[in-house]
Amino acid sequence: MKIQYCDALVIGGGLAGLRSAVAASVKGLNVVVISMVPVKRSHSAAAQGGMQASLGNSKMSQGDNEDLHFADTVKGSDWGCDQEVARMFVNTAPKAIRELASWGVPWTRITQGDRTAVINAKETTISEEPDVHGLIHSRDFGGTKKWRTCYTGDATGHSMLFSVANEAIKRDIEIQDRKEAISLIHKGDRCYGAVVRDLVTGELSAYVAKGTMIATGGYGRVYRTTTNAVICEGTGHAIALETGKVPLGNMEAVQFHPTPIVPSGILLTEGCRGDGGVLRDKDGHRFMPDYEPEKKELASRDVVARRMMEHIKKGKGVGIGRESFVWLDISILGRDHIERNLRDVQDIAITFNGIDPADEGEKGWLPVHPAQHYSMGGIRTDRTGHTALKGLFSAGEAACWDLHGFNRLGGNSVSEAVVAGMIIGNYFADFCRDNDIEISTNYVKEAILKVDLEIDKILTYEGPEDIFEIKARMQDIMDNKVGVFRNGIELKEAVEELEELYRKTKEITVKAKDKIHNDELTEAYRVPKMLKIALCVAKGANDRTESRGAHFREDYEKRDDANWLNRTLAYWRAEEDTMPTLEYEPIGVMDMELPPGFRGYGSKGNIILHPDAEKRQKEVDEIRERMTKQGKDRIEIQDAIMPYRLHREYKAINFRVGDRL
Amino acid sequence: MSDIQEDRDLTINILKFNPHDTNSRPTMVEYVIKERPGMSLFLALTAIREKLDHNLAYDFVCRAGICGSCGMLVNGKPVLACKTQTKDYKDGNITLMPMPAFELIKDLSVNTGKWMNGMSKRVGSWIHTSESTDIGKVERRIEPEVANDTFELDRCIECGICVASCATKIMRPEFVGAVGLNRVVRFSIDPYDERRDSDYYELIGDDDGIFGCMSLMGCEDHCPKELPLQEKIAFMRRKMVNQRDT
Repeated sequence: MKIQYCDALVIGGGLAGLRSAVAASVKGLNVVVISMVPVKRSHSAAAQGGMQASLGNSKMSQGDNEDLHFADTVKGSDWGCDQEVARMFVNTAPKAIRELASWGVPWTRITQGDRTAVINAKETTISEEPDVHGLIHSRDFGGTKKWRTCYTGDATGHSMLFSVANEAIKRDIEIQDRKEAISLIHKGDRCYGAVVRDLVTGELSAYVAKGTMIATGGYGRVYRTTTNAVICEGTGHAIALETGKVPLGNMEAVQFHPTPIVPSGILLTEGCRGDGGVLRDKDGHRFMPDYEPEKKELASRDVVARRMMEHIKKGKGVGIGRESFVWLDISILGRDHIERNLRDVQDIAITFNGIDPADEGEKGWLPVHPAQHYSMGGIRTDRTGHTALKGLFSAGEAACWDLHGFNRLGGNSVSEAVVAGMIIGNYFADFCRDNDIEISTNYVKEAILKVDLEIDKILTYEGPEDIFEIKARMQDIMDNKVGVFRNGIELKEAVEELEELYRKTKEITVKAKDKIHNDELTEAYRVPKMLKIALCVAKGANDRTESRGAHFREDYEKRDDANWLNRTLAYWRAEEDTMPTLEYEPIGVMDMELPPGFRGYGSKGNIILHPDAEKRQKEVDEIRERMTKQGKDRIEIQDAIMPYRLHREYKAINFRVGDRL
Repeated sequence: MSDIQEDRDLTINILKFNPHDTNSRPTMVEYVIKERPGMSLFLALTAIREKLDHNLAYDFVCRAGICGSCGMLVNGKPVLACKTQTKDYKDGNITLMPMPAFELIKDLSVNTGKWMNGMSKRVGSWIHTSESTDIGKVERRIEPEVANDTFELDRCIECGICVASCATKIMRPEFVGAVGLNRVVRFSIDPYDERRDSDYYELIGDDDGIFGCMSLMGCEDHCPKELPLQEKIAFMRRKMVNQRDT
């Protein structure tokens, strides 16, 4: 049996994993990255629209700063996020953009002078000053006060991933692809690495490391209709969960993106609406202003997705029943704009639907319907990305750090991935540098053997069930009963049915007995892991009797801060369990910089306020008023209200154009 | 989506071969499946693997034409399978082969990742600079048109289709391919990169580089991102000729 030793093991080669690997490499550590696919194929590449960072360069983003990005992120999260993490993030995001520029991301730049943009369906002239010419541009996205989303056309994730991957290649970081971590090696409260399966040879081996990071992205494929890549199956979450020590946080917080194209579910970026595209119903009527007079198509994603479904339920969708959809109209942006800034969207629409969205009028309208898109929940970590298992870290979409709470803003995903790679990557690297391990090779061999025996056991099953059918059934349950609108009756059914399916994963027969290139075998060990994840989502949603962000309960429509201002923690206590155990971690109102209130979009008055909210608001207001009078600046005031820790280089001030240096 | 004949049968012939298995011999295997509206080869192959052959190997990740995983030969032409619609094959017969020029993993799965990694190292596919960036300060200004030109070439997804459609690559196994040449052009116009033409000449100034290209342009004909490869290779060749002659 093979054992490979390293200082730092990174599982997952997307933006968060690779940036963390770079952080570890900079500190002189021996890093190994393992990835199921060649790292440049990772799902980070599919992020289209852009990355939020408050550079404040362009006309429409003037006056932007960390404070506004912070407030937008907290409101977007429906007060579910960790506000200190949000502060760490917004202060590092501008630095991440600038670092990436120096690593080769060809960010779209500002041209001085007049340009035409479509705002609220009207052509508007925007004039850029000469002193911002050549600086990094930004576009509008949902739920933001300023135009803050930096971009490279609509291939932002691709450019970012390639730059970070090339940086890793430059540093000669050892990247091993077509490898899957299928179990963590742990003893007591310490993680020692992972058992890894080679997806080409089927060979099992162990990777022993001082620190292990899981950066494996989201778990969208537990749903049928999802924008996620086929590799986003949540098995990275599952191996953490299966230790019994590490909880998954807020798994019920699942984002449904408003505008995947029908029927393939392939994403059309929020940039479509950010750049001025509108949503139309079967009568061609632009309906979002009727529901959201202020933000219209650019309310947060949870709100827009619900409004679309609400409108469809009123019979205003195109087509009937479950096939019903609405139109996304970007033809009003003009062919020039589309062919420069939304080219991948155009390519997808032509390829998969035979529609050129640049064609004027109805001919160019694109059929869209909300579909699963992003996992706010994930492996629960502290603010340094460390989990409850010493030596195990997590970053990016895989983690519940918790930047997004119950809804993530568009443009904050790749931003989180790379920022977490910087912040958590550095904490992770420090940990790997400063801690040693002692583990017997015999213990490691036993860990490999255990996985090997499990695979052998799967091959001996002789039952009537088919693993592909179980998987499909799980995905249908998640789509139908744990979707945009949820209720107690369906959630209870979902939980029961998923538990039953989980049991059935042991009542299958794997027809071919080969241990390699046997897709049925691969599914047979992955699907039970996926069902554990699905159960955490469904059970979490069932037990959370309130509506918050993307988690919407028809039977509990209010956000209930009095009872539910907390984070769900799902544990898989014992191997033989068939259901996660849920616990809750309070979110302290008295520590908040921005106490809970109305988001500014979505239904008003649908909040049961926390008893401390008013008290904390008063405290915050008093500090702000007093310090403003004393002539303190916004950074000093922020520090007095909610101090937070961050590496000095990331905590440093972000200079903006016009600042005196 | 409407021009589909209901319930048409698709006959898909696939080359199956596992080079890691000494008992395996290259064999064409025929699969017949029902066509569905809007069916791509991603959906067709998924159906085959779920229903007919659990051990068929292929690579898909994003299934949206963005990640570059699924290059293969469809009726002899290298394409991204996920973007290929079955309805475009009027007689319903489709033959799938793995892309040539890459190490075969199994069936339709080839190791483009390994090849691209080698290419990236060979051409130094990253920003070469002596400057260190203060990430707290306002970023360096870049002419918007230059940033846009860089982005145009940065759009390459390293799918390998240009390599699989290249005649030079067949004659010269070490040929760097359009993807490698495109990378060089991309960095040569990026103001952040300090390398000069003489540096690039060291990388690609030979017959395995810029002078190996015979301008047959299979690369540009098949590039799924429609990159202007012909123009950019010609541009770089002129610059490299100047280097050679000085």
